[in-house]
Amino acid sequence: MASAHISSQATFAGRTSTAALSRRKLLQAAAAAGGGLMLSLHLPATRDAEAAGTDTFTPNAFIRIGGDGQIVLTMPYVEMGQGTYTSIPMLIAEELEVDLQQVRLEHAPPNEKLYANPLLGIQATGNSNAMRGAWKPLREAGATARTMLVAAAAKRWNVDPASCSAQRGEVLHAATGRRIKYGELAADAARMPIPKDVALKAPKDFKLIGTPAKRLDTPAKVNGTAVYGIDVRPPGVKIATLAQSPVFGGRVKSVNDAAAKAIKGVRQIVRLDDAVAVVADHMGAAKKGLEALVIEWDDGPNAKLTTTAIAAELETATLGPGAVAQNIGDAGRAMAGAATRVDAIYQLPFLAHATLEPMNCTVHVRKDGCEIWVGSQAIARAQAAAAKILGLPLEKVVAHNHLIGGGFGRRLEEDGVVRAVQIAQHVDGPVKVVWTREEDIQHDMYRPYWFDRLSAGLDEKGMPVSWSHRFAGPSVIARYLPPGFKDGLDPDSTEGAIDLTYALPNLRIEYKRVEPPGIPTAFWRSVGPSHNVFVVESFMDELAAAAKQDAVTYRLALLDKNPRAKAVLALAAKEAGWGQALPARSGRGVALQHVFATYMAHVAEVEVAKDGAVRVHRVVCAVDCGTAVNPDTVRAQIESGVMFGITAALYGEITLKNGRVEQGNFDTYQLLRMNEAPAVEVHIVQNTEPPGGLGETGTSLIVPAVANAIFAATDKRLRKMPVDTAALKA
Amino acid sequence: MAFTIKVNGSPHSVDVDGDTPLLWVLRDVLGMTGTKFGCGMALCGACTVHVDGAPTRSCVTPVDSIGVSEITTIEAIGKTAAGARIQKAWLDREVVQCGYCQSGQIMSATALLASNPRPTDSDIDDAMSGNICRCGTYVRIRDAIKQAANG
Repeated sequence: MASAHISSQATFAGRTSTAALSRRKLLQAAAAAGGGLMLSLHLPATRDAEAAGTDTFTPNAFIRIGGDGQIVLTMPYVEMGQGTYTSIPMLIAEELEVDLQQVRLEHAPPNEKLYANPLLGIQATGNSNAMRGAWKPLREAGATARTMLVAAAAKRWNVDPASCSAQRGEVLHAATGRRIKYGELAADAARMPIPKDVALKAPKDFKLIGTPAKRLDTPAKVNGTAVYGIDVRPPGVKIATLAQSPVFGGRVKSVNDAAAKAIKGVRQIVRLDDAVAVVADHMGAAKKGLEALVIEWDDGPNAKLTTTAIAAELETATLGPGAVAQNIGDAGRAMAGAATRVDAIYQLPFLAHATLEPMNCTVHVRKDGCEIWVGSQAIARAQAAAAKILGLPLEKVVAHNHLIGGGFGRRLEEDGVVRAVQIAQHVDGPVKVVWTREEDIQHDMYRPYWFDRLSAGLDEKGMPVSWSHRFAGPSVIARYLPPGFKDGLDPDSTEGAIDLTYALPNLRIEYKRVEPPGIPTAFWRSVGPSHNVFVVESFMDELAAAAKQDAVTYRLALLDKNPRAKAVLALAAKEAGWGQALPARSGRGVALQHVFATYMAHVAEVEVAKDGAVRVHRVVCAVDCGTAVNPDTVRAQIESGVMFGITAALYGEITLKNGRVEQGNFDTYQLLRMNEAPAVEVHIVQNTEPPGGLGETGTSLIVPAVANAIFAATDKRLRKMPVDTAALKA
Repeated sequence: MAFTIKVNGSPHSVDVDGDTPLLWVLRDVLGMTGTKFGCGMALCGACTVHVDGAPTRSCVTPVDSIGVSEITTIEAIGKTAAGARIQKAWLDREVVQCGYCQSGQIMSATALLASNPRPTDSDIDDAMSGNICRCGTYVRIRDAIKQAANG
């Protein structure tokens, strides 16, 4: 499974029948090649696309029940550690009445039209939305297949289908004790009519959903056999590593490669306009060759760029109006009548993804086509990028997707594929391009720098009557998914800043798009909320402090109309022992969010040393993510998100000087380590609402929780991340 | 020049410069890709192997320093008692997420357990803080080491 891919889904044969499961045609059944049942499923596209409507049936997920009883699900989501290979099959297994182990998941091949993510509209795994998109359609598909298998058995026995039942991959006729395995029924089932309506199980009858399930992808990951993109070895493959212009937009002026070529194992030097690569027998020789190159760069227009200059440009942008993302009441007028005014400016830095598997891509360019091997969150984009460079039709580019050694948004981008193809065009045979860690950090596409200006007016009791928030930064959506950027806004940049859980009678949120020069930006785990939740929850904490009220009590008072938010906040506070005494220079901080359709509250407990160093000791999380399909994955994703966010809060910062990224390896771009990791307690609120997203939620929320805890411990309000330890010295 | 190194009990002859890091000999010359590249500077631990049982960052270990020492990698660590217990605990506790760092984590944890059957939290911090997990599976790594120690 580790390197699973299929070259074609054209396994349909025989007659086809269709039926509307809901309003639209969403499902087809057919006999599968080799005997068996093939269900083709349409995961509905975005709301807009649905409304536009089309009668063309375009399936984007496939369930095959073979004559051997094996069930194979082909769909676009990729496994990158978030457990989707386990939780998605649970949905089918639940309704189909089979053991989870009977369902095998295959990576879909690249096909933008077929495998578009229902919530993103393109073939991509991101935005914490796999479960949200799959929740209903896959259960309905499982139930449909089960109904057809039961019908096939009933026909064979000449009994009423209602007298039969399905369990553990078999159909039973209780009255006579007869039973048949699904595999033996699959071919017959393909000739049964598709039921018009299928009843989905009531949550109380769930056997798999809601019960911790063992991850299906893990055994290969503990014995060294799992194959990530960086591990592929097509016969004859050479290894290349590269130096890209240290200033974005710069070019190669000259290269002296005499010393590099003399190194044992170095085969070739490839010079591109803005990069130089060393191709060798192994990475050791390639790296040694790279160090021996003497490259002179023309730094180009960004030669003097600094982070300070970018921040200043963003600051200026927030002085003028932005696009109105949300307006309720009249914040300006309410401010005029407020008893107290609170103003604050917040800033968040550029961040690198620092996936532990460095960027890499293997490419074999042939005369008539190209083959690529890569771990990608968006394999169709990777394929399209390769085809474009080579001037080939899509079908001439065979793209193999592999396990991903950390995604976090980095592998939604195709820049690594582009580089590898550019290099491979000059190489005879397959070449694996592996970036050094320094290249990976210095040529990332970064979480944007954000600059935020906030004002609030409080009434005599200290409660907010006016809330204004204007922020400036780039729109990743405008570049990545242009139609998603409309009227100066995109849904990502504003998520977490609008539709707040709190009752705020007068509110105005404005966003000003500013694209900084000389540094590419991209999605980063928890995307828009990674910025907005820090700002909103820090500022809410400031308002509570200005009102001289407890941070939890203050928030609760604003949540009467939002019971799910109120419940997670109260639960986190209770489990954390909110209000109980802590030693000097220790404190608890709280934060609350509703993003990715999940409600979550964190309480962080920190200790600030005399030298200003911050240690997060404990994090208590309460989460209402609707139905927790695999509760162990829910916990794991929150634990993970918390560590990722603490890394950002304590250490995360990419800075530019003379146009160059100043950080390089894990000594200058620190990541949280075992000895710094807090205990994390996750409390799941049980309910039967549809599932919310999880992969990113822990990250956005922990940053303000830590900042607020530092305020509780030291009375110092940190309005800029990462934590400035110098400001916290006793 | 040619070197003969002993990996997982078998001798292998490789023809590379003597300063070539062991990591690349394992991955690119011998095709044993279970050992991972993360930083190249002994900062992340993804490349950890055992050299005569001692956890060693293969990305900064020149092949000419190995001599007759026995190298053990993730591909064979399950054949040792401590390695098998650690791997089982990793699965029981569902430690793994993306999994990329876990070869190195398992090699470090196995070396710890082999030399210290009852590690304290502080021992675990000392032995494991050189191994970065970007997915942040630290809570479960700690639990799994304790399970393996008690199991």
